[in-house]
Amino acid sequence: MIEIQNLHKYFDVHHVLKGIDLTVEKGEVLSIIGSSGSGKSTLLYCINGLEAIQQGEVIVDGVSVHDKGADLNRIRQNLGMVFQQWNSFPHLTALENVALAPRIVKKLSKAESLAIAEQQLKHVGLADKLDAYPSSLSGGQQQRLAISRALAMEPEYMLFDEATSALDPELVGEVLETMRMLAEEGMTMICVTHEMGFARDVSDRVAYFHDGVMEEIGTPDQIFGTPVSQHTQKFLANVR
Amino acid sequence: MDYNFHWRPVFNKLPDLLEAGLLTLEVSLLSMVIGTVLGLLLALAKLSPLKPARWFAITWIELARNTPALFQLFFFGFGLGAFGWHLSPFLIVLVGLSFNNAGYLAENFRGGFQAVPENQYRAARSLGMTAFQATTRIVIPQVFKIVYHPMTNQMVWAVLMSSLAMMVGYRELAGETQFLASKTFRIFEYFLAAAVIYYVIVKIILGLSRLLAWRLFRYE
Ligand SMILES: Nc1ncnc2c1ncn2[C@@H]1O[C@H](COP(=O)(O)OP(=O)(O)OP(=O)(O)O)[C@@H](O)[C@H]1O
Ligand SMILES: [Mg+2]
Repeated sequence: MIEIQNLHKYFDVHHVLKGIDLTVEKGEVLSIIGSSGSGKSTLLYCINGLEAIQQGEVIVDGVSVHDKGADLNRIRQNLGMVFQQWNSFPHLTALENVALAPRIVKKLSKAESLAIAEQQLKHVGLADKLDAYPSSLSGGQQQRLAISRALAMEPEYMLFDEATSALDPELVGEVLETMRMLAEEGMTMICVTHEMGFARDVSDRVAYFHDGVMEEIGTPDQIFGTPVSQHTQKFLANVR
Repeated sequence: MDYNFHWRPVFNKLPDLLEAGLLTLEVSLLSMVIGTVLGLLLALAKLSPLKPARWFAITWIELARNTPALFQLFFFGFGLGAFGWHLSPFLIVLVGLSFNNAGYLAENFRGGFQAVPENQYRAARSLGMTAFQATTRIVIPQVFKIVYHPMTNQMVWAVLMSSLAMMVGYRELAGETQFLASKTFRIFEYFLAAAVIYYVIVKIILGLSRLLAWRLFRYE
């Protein structure tokens, strides 16, 4: 379970997250929508401790992420993250991309980490690309590589930050398909997304962010059918 | 043209010249190793938020890049000598070249670090890697690829620059050439032979570098 309590985040004087309260249960798929600059990416970075917070708490499976003594490197293993810019490591093959962290972070043997990597690449449909370098993969393939790299750490949670926004339109589908598959397998997911179809079909709940505030959260039917906040209504009218 | 070439003395001394060529290679290579370590530190210092560190790095880099290399050697020779610090001719050359290499390489490294997207580091950290692991496994290999050709150029430059050693009395290839030439007065022949040796050394470095690059950077 991920529990976020009264989370405040500043960049200098810029108040970017203004008291977020949010709980995500095991097995849940939460989509976060909202306009540019509303703090969606920043929230994800605060969840896995890539950004410091100024007030409040983030608790993952009972461990407070921003506590002084928190073992961030351990916590992050449990929180896979996929970024908007597919960040495959260009100097490593697909197999090495995925096998590296299991080997040097989890200290698995070379054989074990390669076996896991191969299995995860197959999982996302890249079985025939094991020895390919990222430069020879399409954007969609690189993004699936990034997903399998995160999965190889066997996380219980996955955080997606607009995983499809930087892709050519014809490549969006394959990545969404992969995310859909994970959701069906029961992965707990927080997906920042602009794909309203995905948010509506796949999520258990949808949250709408506006200017550092979580204005509204509910089932897809509630948010897309009968949004309460004016900002949500306006936002949805514009994306349709 | 009434200059008569006499090659025999040069051929007789060829082993001496080749041995001096090895000294050239040695002092250049050493100065590159030291220059690389110092250049890396200078680049990090220039990128750091610490003002004194930045200031120190900028001063070094500016002096190394914008004053004649010969003056830099003289500084470590006669300049320090004036303060009672006497370095051996070998050390003058080594320290001078290292100083110069570090200044040039620092700028290359700095550019390399800035060219690797911040997100590469973030992605590595998000997998649970420590700062050290993310830097050494993900960032530095990419920086190395960016600075590889500039480093090769600097190595060539170090070999050629090391010929300034003859001005401070160190008998690497240029120094030895001058020593032999002045003894026999076959000046033109000796310097021509030395030039050929320099040329061969540089070509070997470039060839090895290309071979290594082909092995190392197959990913693009
Ligand atoms: N490293 C940073 N330093 C300073 N300000 C930042 C930084 N990162 C984000 N911000 C600011 O924080 C606010 C929220 O940014 P964030 O990236 O979280 O928004 P977002 O909802 O993800 O937007 P988008 O849909 O464009 O990705 C923005 O105003 C942004 O300019
Ligand atoms: Mg964002």
